[in-house]
Amino acid sequence: MAPETSGAAAAEFPVLPVGLTGAADRTAERAAAAPAETPLDPAVLSAPEKRRLERRGKLLTGACVFVVMGAVAALIVSVAWQGLAAFLADGVDPVAFLTGAVWAPHAGEAAYGAAPMILGSLAVTALSCAFALPVSVACAIYAVEVSPSFGSRVFRPVMELLAGVPSVVFGLLGLTVVIPLVADATGTTGYGILAGAVVLAFMVFPTITSLTMDTLKAVPQSYREAALGLGLTRWQAICGAVLPAALPGILTALVMGMARAFGESLAVQMVVGNAAAVPSGLVGPAATLTSVLTMGMANEAPGTPAAHALWALALVLLVMSLVFVGIVHWIGKRAEDRHGTA
Amino acid sequence: MNVMNRNRRQLTVLDLLGRSGDTRTRTPRGARTHESKPDVQDRTNGSDRSVQAWTNGSDRSVHVHTLATKDVSVLYGDHRALQGASLAFDAGTVTALIGPSGCGKSTYLRSLNLMNREVPGCTVEGSILYHGQEVNDGSVDSFALRRHVGMVFQQPNPFRMSIYDNVAFAPKRHGVKGKQDLDELVEKSLRDAALWDEVKDKLATSALALSGGQQQRLCIARAMALRPDVLLMDEPCSALDPIATLAIEDTVRSLAAQGICVAMVTHNMQQAARVSDKCAFFYLGELVETAPTQGFFDNPRDPRTQDYLSGRVG
Repeated sequence: MAPETSGAAAAEFPVLPVGLTGAADRTAERAAAAPAETPLDPAVLSAPEKRRLERRGKLLTGACVFVVMGAVAALIVSVAWQGLAAFLADGVDPVAFLTGAVWAPHAGEAAYGAAPMILGSLAVTALSCAFALPVSVACAIYAVEVSPSFGSRVFRPVMELLAGVPSVVFGLLGLTVVIPLVADATGTTGYGILAGAVVLAFMVFPTITSLTMDTLKAVPQSYREAALGLGLTRWQAICGAVLPAALPGILTALVMGMARAFGESLAVQMVVGNAAAVPSGLVGPAATLTSVLTMGMANEAPGTPAAHALWALALVLLVMSLVFVGIVHWIGKRAEDRHGTA
Repeated sequence: MNVMNRNRRQLTVLDLLGRSGDTRTRTPRGARTHESKPDVQDRTNGSDRSVQAWTNGSDRSVHVHTLATKDVSVLYGDHRALQGASLAFDAGTVTALIGPSGCGKSTYLRSLNLMNREVPGCTVEGSILYHGQEVNDGSVDSFALRRHVGMVFQQPNPFRMSIYDNVAFAPKRHGVKGKQDLDELVEKSLRDAALWDEVKDKLATSALALSGGQQQRLCIARAMALRPDVLLMDEPCSALDPIATLAIEDTVRSLAAQGICVAMVTHNMQQAARVSDKCAFFYLGELVETAPTQGFFDNPRDPRTQDYLSGRVG
């Protein structure tokens, strides 16, 4: 594709992808007329050709964006369509759906109360992030502020490894390690929200830690210097100057971790007990939106009220994801309003 | 004298206890007046230390500089960035450190408050005396020294918090408690930096909303909030426009008039001529010449200084 040019000419004039320009023929003519090492003519593109090139670039990149946006829109519409069918076509009361405590799609009188799953999802999410956040922030501080070379050479790859472990592996470890521990400690079967939260904590830990490390790295070095110049110890500089500056980013990391925890299905399903009843405590069997969805969707015939009800659960998940994204943007916007973009 | 006693006593106590945090938090800010009292106690505490004994013995007969260096060399790894600089700074004077880029002037300035200790692989050799007391032998906690030797950086670097919190930040962590004390300290520091009138109605707004020149004066106020007696400034105006630069220069002069010892790195020779009492010229890692500012510009002695001032090198 690229025309042959001598090194000096290439340095002088940027090599243009002539094949894309429609001027290849002309170049070939010139190449034939002149010796092989003729420098590329800088005027190889006429004005209309340049305009065409601009337009093509815009078209190509714009089309990709359009396709992706279309896919996202289609996803939202199809989930909403199927989910709303439960309310519009099957006559399920939305309020009863969100607050009802009984989930029995196949009972004689079908009941679609999603509250147990919503509560279960919220509980495992909140608890897992509460477990992970302090450790994450502490690890990030060590890896960025205390020992940066260890942080970048050893700790970050380890976090990437942990983030890449398939969730089924976490689930298996949960079954074989966490469940017996919880069972021993509480005298129950061990299945439940606590076990789910512990397993999830390991899964959201790399997410929160990596994002927090990025945020701490982005805090200008001048903040640390200024604090040290004021006679503060390194620790005081970290707690007093660096962490407050990084706070919006740490909150964003937390919300991203929560989004991951809220949407995780397989590992949770393996340890949460899968009883769609309002959880009575941290160790009784429970269910989450995702666990009910993964367990149920294969068993329902499409178009039935039971399938629509599952879609409605998916819609709740989707809305929650949107809420998480909204929170991330709100945090960023608030920090910007207060301190400017700097 | 008052100031000297205060500082010497704190450093002595810190030395002897071998720790910093507790002592610092117990020392109330603004308690300057009654801190000159325990002079006797000073001697008792310091008597078992030869440096201290020497200091105490000499400060009546010989003039002790606020800050002085003897043969200070700085190495980054194997690279010698500064070779044998000896210079003294006195209360109430502004010393300009000038020279071309990479001549070692900023490196020298950052040695004075032991900031280079934070740079991995950096070693500072030679003697740095604060009120006659050696601080470069590891005996003095650098965190304690930096309370008395403030620093202002090249880029304005206010913290991402309100104007008030920026100034109150360090005093709070050094044990100043009570809203009234802090309020007074913040006002006084902002007045020191000639910023009070501009920001007194918006102390709670973000420091980052200020202009560059205001931010730099806020950084001066933040340093002054610890009531240091030395202020080190590393090209404080290089990121500012001429009007903001003049405001900083006025501030520097008024600080010197209050008895603060200012050491200021600058690229700008007009600035050095306007602001400083004494100039020190650095070239290729060497302190070439030190002279009172007037004489320095009118007839520099060293040929290298002559070349630099006339624009032939640099």
